[in-house]
Amino acid sequence: MNIITIEHVAKVYEVGAEEVHALRDVSLKIDKNEYVAIMGPSGSGKSTLMNILGCLDTPTRGLYNFKGHNVSEMNDNELAKIRNKEIGFVFQTFNLLPRSDALHNVELPLIYAGVPASERKERAILALENVGLADRMHHKPNELSGGQRQRVAVARALVTRPSIILADEPTGNLDTKTGEDIMSLFNDIYQQGNTIILVTHEEYIAEHAERIIRIRDGLIERDENVIKRVIPKKKEEVA
Amino acid sequence: MKNYLFELKEGLLISLRAIRANKIRSVLTTLGIVIGVTSVVLMSTAIKGIDNVFQKGVSSLGSDNLYIDKWEWFNNDIPWWELRNRRNLTLEDYRRYSESAKLPIAAAPTVWSIQKIKHKNTTLEAIFITGTTNDYIRTTNLTFDEGRFFNEIESRGGRNVVVLGNTVAKNLFPHRHALSEDIKIKGQKFKVVGVLSEQGSWVMGSFNPDNQVFIPIQNVFKYLQSQSFRSITINVRAPNTQMIEPVKEEAIGIMRRVRGLKYSEANDFSINQQEGLLNNINQTIGVIQIAGLFITSLALFVGAIGIMNIMFVSVKERTKEIGIRKAIGAKKRTILSQFITEAVIICLLGGLVGFLLALILSMIVNQFLPTSVQVDAVILAVIISLITGVVSGFAPAYTASKLDPVEALRYE
Ligand SMILES: Nc1ncnc2c1ncn2[C@@H]1O[C@H](COP(=O)(O)OP(=O)(O)OP(=O)(O)O)[C@@H](O)[C@H]1O
Ligand SMILES: [Mg+2]
Repeated sequence: MNIITIEHVAKVYEVGAEEVHALRDVSLKIDKNEYVAIMGPSGSGKSTLMNILGCLDTPTRGLYNFKGHNVSEMNDNELAKIRNKEIGFVFQTFNLLPRSDALHNVELPLIYAGVPASERKERAILALENVGLADRMHHKPNELSGGQRQRVAVARALVTRPSIILADEPTGNLDTKTGEDIMSLFNDIYQQGNTIILVTHEEYIAEHAERIIRIRDGLIERDENVIKRVIPKKKEEVA
Repeated sequence: MKNYLFELKEGLLISLRAIRANKIRSVLTTLGIVIGVTSVVLMSTAIKGIDNVFQKGVSSLGSDNLYIDKWEWFNNDIPWWELRNRRNLTLEDYRRYSESAKLPIAAAPTVWSIQKIKHKNTTLEAIFITGTTNDYIRTTNLTFDEGRFFNEIESRGGRNVVVLGNTVAKNLFPHRHALSEDIKIKGQKFKVVGVLSEQGSWVMGSFNPDNQVFIPIQNVFKYLQSQSFRSITINVRAPNTQMIEPVKEEAIGIMRRVRGLKYSEANDFSINQQEGLLNNINQTIGVIQIAGLFITSLALFVGAIGIMNIMFVSVKERTKEIGIRKAIGAKKRTILSQFITEAVIICLLGGLVGFLLALILSMIVNQFLPTSVQVDAVILAVIISLITGVVSGFAPAYTASKLDPVEALRYE
């Protein structure tokens, strides 16, 4: 079953008199329980695509169908609802509320979903347990390490049980070791039956996915399934 | 609806957290509202106090009284020289009036003089002396601390007796009873037969009974000034408020006859009543109210601008936060109500502090001007804070709600 279908999507930014074609003509389908990595050089349009897929932004042209709903025609309120209920974001810079503790950060999407306080708390604590941070739930972001912060962000993305997880360079601000921890967390999430789209620059990160989409200049260059090696750690061989 | 209440509650918690995170700034911002609300509440309380004092002063005059006088007290319709050229009212006019008047409870002539009074080594300068008859007491609501008013025999006989106003008695006899003591007015000995209880209506100044002494009218003419020196005033008390008009009509008829006026001649006397005074007072208080409201609303306006300013700064600073909230599902309405709620809370806190401050200050004011903070002032403070919050919070909140999530997330 397709969760996401986009057809001939383009995004044009107007900077002064100039037009920047961030996406030119992109079509793709994402199935339930897929694990997709999006790769490409800087400025190729990866984040732009993610923002459109995540309903943070709307395409200039083209069709976007999310679980049978035409997103291109939705108003701000409907988009907010989709973001809240169907999509879990994980950002490169974590994007946690700095003044709120981990628990409240994870609770926040449930607040906007109108979940009653007691149930909310229970679910938030459970989500933090799943990422191994139950003992840190009353810590503020600046009292947590980068990896821990990203795990809080992952917990926040998962807490609403969304249809899809979107992660834009989730390991970009982390060292290799911590990045690997986060990636194995994503693996677990994937194994539990979630759908993940992940943007990355690193081949060895992308190899965790089952499918890699390569973008260049706002166009899909290649879209292929990963042939899993027996020893996926040897990244030089792939590159 | 339930969902909206829910959002409101969350908005409240978010706002409280934001306010706590920026304590100093919130306090400084709130100061404007504190001052605004303090001044509004204090002003309304002070005006109430002024009003109280005036009303009390007026009612100590006696609410059912008329004053037949040469002078028109409150009305400027008649030119003053015309008033001056009127013949004085005399004791004889009074005698003939009181013989014919059927409706009043009582009528008494009064005449005033300003004199020094003495007891032993204590001298009081410029005391307001009212000369009158024993009937006077029945035209007033005055009560006594000790003694009584002078009686008919003392009044007719022109005995040297005196009734002291409360303040006068206190000043002249700081440590003991005044009753039966002698005082001197212009060298003449007068025996104290009564001391009035405190009236406390200081607004009437030297007309306040507290600051006066009363002696038989004959003695004023005998010792202080001649009969022709000053017109007398006839104090007339109607049985009740409804009877004021008939009493007035009757008085005009009798006085025209007494004064021998022809049909074509205008009245050469005036019938004064405190309604005129009340009108004057209400006008004055109205002006004070408008001026006070204007000044205090300026203070509030400045406070509101301060809040609006700080809310704009806050929205700018928290652009990223707004982006995050939107990315995880906050609607426009949610963001809007979050920031409005924050402004309203700041204003309500400010209003509360301002109100408490006003409460304390009003106790100080109370020393000079008997007053107290009224319930309507509480309601006023709450409503004002609420409105100020919504008004000053709306524009910044609207800006916040309209932010594009992608742009906001990119903001550093
Ligand atoms: N708001 C914007 N206004 C104008 N141009 C924009 C805007 N956002 C993105 N662009 C342009 O669109 C193109 C694609 O940007 P995008 O952020 O999608 O790249 P990316 O693939 O995510 O790059 P990176 O790997 O560096 O994150 C770039 O040329 C960028 O300059
Ligand atoms: Mg990017």
